[in-house]
Amino acid sequence: MTLPTATTRHLFFTGKGGVGKTSLSCATGLALAEAGKQVLIVSTDPASNLDEVLGVSLGSQPTAVPGVSGLFALNIDPEASARDYRERMVSPYRGILPPAAIASMEEQFSGACTVEIAAFDEFSKLLGQPQATTEFDHVIFDTAPTGHTLRLLTLPSAWSEFIASSDSGSSCLGPLAGLEKQKSLYAATVARLCAPASTAVILVSRPDTSALREAERTRAELVELGVSNLQLAINGLFATESTDDPIATAMMRRANAALAAVPSGLSKLLRTVTPFLPLGTVGLAALRMMAHPDTTISAVQADAVTTQLPGHLSALVDEIAESGRGVVMAMGKGGVGKTTVAAAIAMALAQRGFPVQLSTTDPAAHVADAVGESVPHLTVSRIDPAAEIALYTAEVLAKAGSNLDPNGRAMLEEDLRSPCTEEIAVFRAFARAVDAGKEGFVVLDTAPTGHTILLLDAAESYHREVLRTQGDMPEAVRSLLPRLRDADFTKVLIVTLPEATPVHEAERLQNDLARAKIFPFAWVINQSLLASGTRNPMLAQRGQYEIPFIRRVVDGLSSRCALIPWLPKAPIGAKGLAQLTQ
Amino acid sequence: MKKLEVFDPAMCCSTGVCGVEVDPVLVQFSADLQWLAEHDIQVKRYNLSQEPQAFVGNPEVVKEMDAGMDRLPILVVDGHIVSTGMYPSRMQLVQKLGITLTTAEKPHIKVVAGGCNPKSGCC
Repeated sequence: MTLPTATTRHLFFTGKGGVGKTSLSCATGLALAEAGKQVLIVSTDPASNLDEVLGVSLGSQPTAVPGVSGLFALNIDPEASARDYRERMVSPYRGILPPAAIASMEEQFSGACTVEIAAFDEFSKLLGQPQATTEFDHVIFDTAPTGHTLRLLTLPSAWSEFIASSDSGSSCLGPLAGLEKQKSLYAATVARLCAPASTAVILVSRPDTSALREAERTRAELVELGVSNLQLAINGLFATESTDDPIATAMMRRANAALAAVPSGLSKLLRTVTPFLPLGTVGLAALRMMAHPDTTISAVQADAVTTQLPGHLSALVDEIAESGRGVVMAMGKGGVGKTTVAAAIAMALAQRGFPVQLSTTDPAAHVADAVGESVPHLTVSRIDPAAEIALYTAEVLAKAGSNLDPNGRAMLEEDLRSPCTEEIAVFRAFARAVDAGKEGFVVLDTAPTGHTILLLDAAESYHREVLRTQGDMPEAVRSLLPRLRDADFTKVLIVTLPEATPVHEAERLQNDLARAKIFPFAWVINQSLLASGTRNPMLAQRGQYEIPFIRRVVDGLSSRCALIPWLPKAPIGAKGLAQLTQ
Repeated sequence: MKKLEVFDPAMCCSTGVCGVEVDPVLVQFSADLQWLAEHDIQVKRYNLSQEPQAFVGNPEVVKEMDAGMDRLPILVVDGHIVSTGMYPSRMQLVQKLGITLTTAEKPHIKVVAGGCNPKSGCC
């Protein structure tokens, strides 16, 4: 069991949320620094917890990590970058142009794409300009959850292509037209990412099938983008000699089965494995254990602490069923089990005879797999960004492109190739799905936290746009935000795991939702080892470690809460999912 | 060579596809500007969120904006404001810019039997 191999100057950690990208990048950085190197760890994740893991408050400039010579870290907050950018663009005109003009300019700089491009801009300064990081031997990027990471990584080529082909001076680079000047910087960033001698991308995965499948998807996409230096890091492999405990046995069997069936593309990569740590990876001492696991695997049989555990998911289903219709949204960071919880609730409602539509924006789209076999009254649909873009493009061209001359049509098509088209297309599909909740139940399994918030942010700005637009707005779009805010119509469930980072992230999500005046109906804590009944010493120790996080959710964060135990039988298919609600 | 300047409100892109619904008027207007450029008109388009400097540089335009943001878009031909608050059609642009059309470019009016007489005031 070892940490990923760092032979290049730049290291990227990517993977589904919750697989341990931050922990691994910090442990790798720490090991390099303790071997005498100068190391900079960078987070571009809008939901970053780098501060928490390293135990130091970070900003946009490298900050020394106390207690480790040569280790520095910085945190790029894309929302703050977007705010700075907006202020830089607008402030020279305050007092010169009328206040209404200033307000309308600011609104144009508040969109989701501004945040993303601002993040990428910061990121390319570090990667595309070698002089920005000369004093460091290694620069480690702890990137955002997969979907977001991919977007960040695909942006340079998308934008390079866009800028290169923009011959009519079309303005769909939007509020960021000024960034055209950065073309050479973006080109350098793309080149640096694709150079195997200077950049390695480490695909982080848990030893489980869905995380590995996600890693394979990422691998294929990165290879397509020209990134060739890839490694696979399996994090959190559980191993024990005791075999009499059903939970421990199931956990090992599941991990081994997943590893035995590693997708072929991944199996060719250099692979490293880090162990399951019963006490988490927050703090320098815990990070050192990732590098030297031999000193840690000696769980002590602690006296069992008891605590009042939250109730069962079926109680929440009962309450949701009372209204007879509406929208249920499972939200949370990637990897916490939103899909599973959404599918279990959808199935339970369908089994009570309600018409239920289960809809997913999760790019991995495992919902259909999770339900497995068909259940009466339940329909499953997927919001597929690629399909939505195609649909939107066709619709726009049919509506507006028919009476255009070839030049006009070419210009319209060019604008439709812009990065924001995806945001709009997906947003419309999301609004349609929510609209279906008028008739029966709609259960949505949304994308990871950062993206979800961007989606809601987009909803908010569109909402404002709607109030003054002249275009003919679909009713579904017009009524979206009021519906999301209506607690009788929309029930938001925050899904989390009983661990430090997921609870912390879920709390952030709840605060973000509150800003949009959306208040969760309940919290669901998933995969609790404490509730599983395990007697394996290491797993029991991990179960005890969950208590403060469960208490924090029950006592401080939620008005209703349900707890789902770690299940020895995987929650897949109708029977597997029924374990959650029976 | 005549110069047409268009001062747009703050918007994401000139064809308007970045809204929730595309506005056909904006798409048509963008195409018409391309067409004008082929007829020896120098066209310059400014978006408030991208080129505020151009707005500041024209006191007449700022004066209109002070009167109300709904005055945008503003069209300026050789320094004189010719229209506010709307995107003119191709034929209105032709008129404002004094372009001579070829027969092929003139709008084709189909005379339908029993159609109305322009003198009757019905149209």
